[in-house]
Amino acid sequence: MRLLVKGGRIVDPANGIDETMDLLVVDSAVAEIGRSLPEDGAELLDATGKIVCPGFIDIHTHLREPGFEYKEDIASGSRAAAAGGFTTICAMPNTSPVVDNAAVAIFVREKARQAGVVDVLPIGSVTKKQAGEELSEMGELAEAGCVAFSDDGSPVTRSDVMRHALEYARMFGLPILSHCEDLNLSRDGQMHEGYRSTVFGLRGIPAAAEEAMVARDVIMAQLTSGRVHVCHASTAGALDIIRKAKLQGLKVTCEATPHHLVLTDEAVESYDADTKVNPPLRSEEHVEALRRAVADGLVDCIATDHAPHNLESKDCEYAAASFGISGLETAVAVVMDKLVNTGLLSIGRMVELFTAGPARVIGLSASRGTLTPGVRANITILDPNTVRTVDPAKFYSKGKNSPFKGMELRGWPWAAIVAGTVVCRDGVVAQGLR
Amino acid sequence: MGFDQRKDLLGIRDLGRDEIEQILDTAIPMKDILKRNIKKVPVLRGKGVITVFYENSTRTRTSFELAGKYLSADTSNLAVSTSSVQKGETLRDTIKTIEVMGPDILVMRHGMSGAPHYVARNTSMRVINAGDGTNEHPTQALLDMFSIREHKGTLEGLTVTIVGDILHSRVARSNIYGLTKFGCEVRVVGPSTLMPPEIEKLGVKSFCRLEPALAGADVVNVLRLQKERQQAGLFPSLDEYSNLFMIRPEHLRLLADDGIILHPGPMNRGVEISSEIADGPRTLVNEQVTNGVAVRMAVLFLMMGGSRSEIAG
Ligand SMILES: [Zn+2]
Ligand SMILES: [Zn+2]
Repeated sequence: MRLLVKGGRIVDPANGIDETMDLLVVDSAVAEIGRSLPEDGAELLDATGKIVCPGFIDIHTHLREPGFEYKEDIASGSRAAAAGGFTTICAMPNTSPVVDNAAVAIFVREKARQAGVVDVLPIGSVTKKQAGEELSEMGELAEAGCVAFSDDGSPVTRSDVMRHALEYARMFGLPILSHCEDLNLSRDGQMHEGYRSTVFGLRGIPAAAEEAMVARDVIMAQLTSGRVHVCHASTAGALDIIRKAKLQGLKVTCEATPHHLVLTDEAVESYDADTKVNPPLRSEEHVEALRRAVADGLVDCIATDHAPHNLESKDCEYAAASFGISGLETAVAVVMDKLVNTGLLSIGRMVELFTAGPARVIGLSASRGTLTPGVRANITILDPNTVRTVDPAKFYSKGKNSPFKGMELRGWPWAAIVAGTVVCRDGVVAQGLR
Repeated sequence: MGFDQRKDLLGIRDLGRDEIEQILDTAIPMKDILKRNIKKVPVLRGKGVITVFYENSTRTRTSFELAGKYLSADTSNLAVSTSSVQKGETLRDTIKTIEVMGPDILVMRHGMSGAPHYVARNTSMRVINAGDGTNEHPTQALLDMFSIREHKGTLEGLTVTIVGDILHSRVARSNIYGLTKFGCEVRVVGPSTLMPPEIEKLGVKSFCRLEPALAGADVVNVLRLQKERQQAGLFPSLDEYSNLFMIRPEHLRLLADDGIILHPGPMNRGVEISSEIADGPRTLVNEQVTNGVAVRMAVLFLMMGGSRSEIAG
């Protein structure tokens, strides 16, 4: 099977490529990149005017299956990923049961294989049942294909447990993805603490609730030489701590989400629960700091923290609503429109944040996030000129909870290719191709 | 825009000064109705007002119900806190149920900030916020402003000190929004753990000691202290609170000559206000209750599109 992607601007930051060329896929691998490659009976994909990139990776996706299929299941989440331009997603383990043993990890992989859309890499929990007390069987989880460990949804509250998790995970070379939140400081909080929480009369979550935990994790990384990845960094202070940690040479990485990069706590004014997310949308100075950190290279990757919810969890009083944003289908377009089109990020940097960056965090840079000939042919194609309005009713995700609803965006994912198969074209996800 | 053009009354923050004045001016003839032998005018005949209180507050609810009755509206109360919530009914369902019963105005008290905003978006009924979480309590602020104006002749340029738990107080927020629109110097004072972040950006001065906050004040608005805040670790003891922040007789001399004291009620005597002050001649607590009915009559009347000529004489 041969697929020739013709005439696109190929952007592969891992290999320093940014020019208009053809890309040939043979079977499920990238075969060749070059000028005017011969067709030789290959299926043709005309990418003129489009940007051809390594397949985008989201290392922070909540798929909700097993246990909460009414919010999302692996099949619907996988289709949402493809529509959003992602070819690989890492599934957070806070399901029911928790991914704290090989059987559940294998179940997730098998369900994803049956869905046949994008690659789903499971993340194992740090602690059994994510209860924060005893370490999960990390060796078994690593063997079952888990690419990281995380208790996301909750922090690893106990410092001794975090210490041992980092020490133990080091044996498998896998990172701990840390949800940094001091629960005593954030308790009952609904939004970022500051001027606007005062005005809207909602209980605040101080930036310090995140920063105190980031500082603790950095100290633990130093103590253990383990790999800490800070999920959804959202405050200026957290970024300062991470910057210092990196300068010290510690194995600390971090991600930013599109919503924290683009929205401020002003969005909460409507009391529309689609703006309710944890960590909360921050004030301008934090958003500014995060944007700078993404542009200057401090932030390693953009992750969606895709957190789909059913309508009942969001269509209610603000304080009663669940935290989270259905993010897979808007992430790329939001970053294109609000950060690339505005000149804050180059296309190359943006592609890096969605490809080589996340691959590095989960230790898969040799096989993912690049178009090096020989690697699995996961490819994302962007159309910088498509203009579309975000309409959650049309999401493939079961989660319609988007704070971007109604926003007109320029620059959308156009196609997604997974292992040489076009799983999404012109924004439409194919059925039953693989 | 006049207040009578609005669908809902959700807060003071988004009201214009002219809208507030329209309500306060309309409350004057309403108060006159309250002084009559037969306290009933037919202006809201055939209109339905329903009160739905997710938090108990017999006073505020009764105030709204009487206000409606004096204007000849049909008023009723849905006791939600004991029925629907326990049955797991969502706010949306409750509102839809009420809507099909056909009332024109929904008066809602809710423990969560923004709940009336959510309801207002999802119903064609007119919604009055009778207190939402720690956000706003607009009719309380309007009755406070009415009481102040009645005594001082004006709101313009007064110094008003709000004392107590500013962080959790919807009364404080609504008062701040209202009074600052009239150029008042608003001061807030209370324990620093009960002071919201960046409060001064609302155009107020914040203090953590009573004496300087009271100096020269024309009005002191004493907030009710929720005793549970102590369990939450926000201050060490009620004794220490009252030592530092209770309004006592010796404070009166710090105020402007004709300084007055307000309290939204019910009072914790000996905690935020001493009995001597509570019962003293400069404390308007009872008048505030009467004015509350008048202001709520004005709000209901204007929301149903009433014009002033209907209530004259
Ligand atoms: Zn998280
Ligand atoms: Zn998450």
